[in-house]
Amino acid sequence: MEKLNKLTPYERLEVVRHKGRPTIRDYIPLIFDEFWEMHGDRLYGDDGAIMGGIASISGIPVTVIAEVKGRNINENKDSNFAMPHPEGYRKALRLAKQAEKFHRPVICFIDTPGAFCGVEAEKRGQGEAIARNLMEFMRLRTPVISVVLGEGGSGGALALGVCDELAVLENSIYSVISPRGFASILWKDAGREKEACSIMKITAEDMLELGVAEKIIEEPFGGAHNDISQTAENIGEFLYKTLHKKMKIDIDVLLNERYTKFRKIGEFIE
Amino acid sequence: MGLEELFNVVKVRLNGNDEEKTEKDDSAVRVPDNMLFKCPRCLNVIMTEELEKNLRVCPECGYHARLTAPERISLIADKDSFSEFDADMLSANPIDFPDYAEKQQKLRESTGLKDAVITGECTIRGEKCVIGVMDSRYMMASMGSVVGEKITRAFEYATENRLPIILFTASGGARMQEGIVSLMQMAKTSGAAARHSDAGLLYITVMTDPTTGGVTASFASLGDIIIAEPKVLIGFAGRRVIEGTIKQRLPDDFQSAEFMLEHGFADMIVERKSMRRTIAHILKLHKTGGNA
Repeated sequence: MEKLNKLTPYERLEVVRHKGRPTIRDYIPLIFDEFWEMHGDRLYGDDGAIMGGIASISGIPVTVIAEVKGRNINENKDSNFAMPHPEGYRKALRLAKQAEKFHRPVICFIDTPGAFCGVEAEKRGQGEAIARNLMEFMRLRTPVISVVLGEGGSGGALALGVCDELAVLENSIYSVISPRGFASILWKDAGREKEACSIMKITAEDMLELGVAEKIIEEPFGGAHNDISQTAENIGEFLYKTLHKKMKIDIDVLLNERYTKFRKIGEFIE
Repeated sequence: MGLEELFNVVKVRLNGNDEEKTEKDDSAVRVPDNMLFKCPRCLNVIMTEELEKNLRVCPECGYHARLTAPERISLIADKDSFSEFDADMLSANPIDFPDYAEKQQKLRESTGLKDAVITGECTIRGEKCVIGVMDSRYMMASMGSVVGEKITRAFEYATENRLPIILFTASGGARMQEGIVSLMQMAKTSGAAARHSDAGLLYITVMTDPTTGGVTASFASLGDIIIAEPKVLIGFAGRRVIEGTIKQRLPDDFQSAEFMLEHGFADMIVERKSMRRTIAHILKLHKTGGNA
């Protein structure tokens, strides 16, 4: 643990992009007693980049919404390398609303390089889909807990990140844009990715410090891939504790706290 | 170096060109470049004077060129009715980005702005409302802490005082120099929009050139009524990013106001000359609505 904390931001990026990095498909059977996948946004289609369904964790029914990285080329073909289209975000919102109706907490797992950038995504309103989720999750009348499993890239991550409590796995990164994109925009040189990593403040510790996340979930020595069961146990323990804590809070109080959590992020001089 | 270049590109596009370059240019006819405006949509070159007379609308194709925030406010608000909120708020440097403060100091001097949005209260044909106008001259109106905070406060003020809010959006997206803090402004502003909406109050978005990235993916897309100016650029991802992904050139009208209307993401396209009248009418129609 101490050793891992000494990994540079760039090394962590390499850890989360490691092909053995566990994905939501590895974690679900280890964290939840049961999981029933639900498909489709009821508007256009079913996006393989976002998986959703009803699960139970230590007997508590919850709705699970997760960005899906593939473990091989075929899985990645189906999940578009975890880059959702608008229908993915709309499926997430549909399932979140369903959770609200049945007073089920929502658990979101973030793991995406970013929302998909393409012609079809634009035609179907990628911007609108993300915006709608930000607005609706902010007022969703049921607890929402989010966990960054690996990469939390940009608005595509935030669309599942408006929550009461955000946890990040120790080596995860969360950023406004990929370090590559950052270097390319600011220095017109995507090759300066490493340098971008070092100044962007993208690590789990940075997230705590900036008030973006509330909790760091420990990974086994060397990274989550070295002991998937242990990592899953750590995630499960966090979820169980946090669910108990949040489910006790009156929903109007919880919504105020959720609003305030985001409301106070920002630094300016008056 | 990179940043400076970026700003220069923006400045050149916005203001035509600066005199300095004209002086160096030894061509036969020496026309100051800011006398001419090249339309980014139809590529026709017209006299800047002609453009100004036409409310900065391209007479050839109808593209609605960018306005400064003060110009926009004077076109929309009743004379002398505007009073500004948070006029002195300045950016801090949340991720200690090198040269961020210096770049901003320069921009403040050249534009007279403190950051990329001006918010306040005004009347439009007598109708009281909160108004926010983004100004692309300032770091391409990217959203960092100041933009996020000012927009959020504008929504909160409108909610407390039961007023409609009108936001003229323009933005390159999140402000990279503020890292993850800028991303969080998307959630913050959208949350404030949700509370204003829950109070039964009207929010009108007017999308102007260019409305993109994190602003499209947050408060800009959340208006009860979404108006766009003709021919302006509206989208989520950068055009070049998409062209790079699909390895082919996109049609010219891709990500235009008309494209958004066609695909169901804008309610109407309104010309600049009719904007004030249109907004005033919509405000009047909502006077008796809402949870009183």
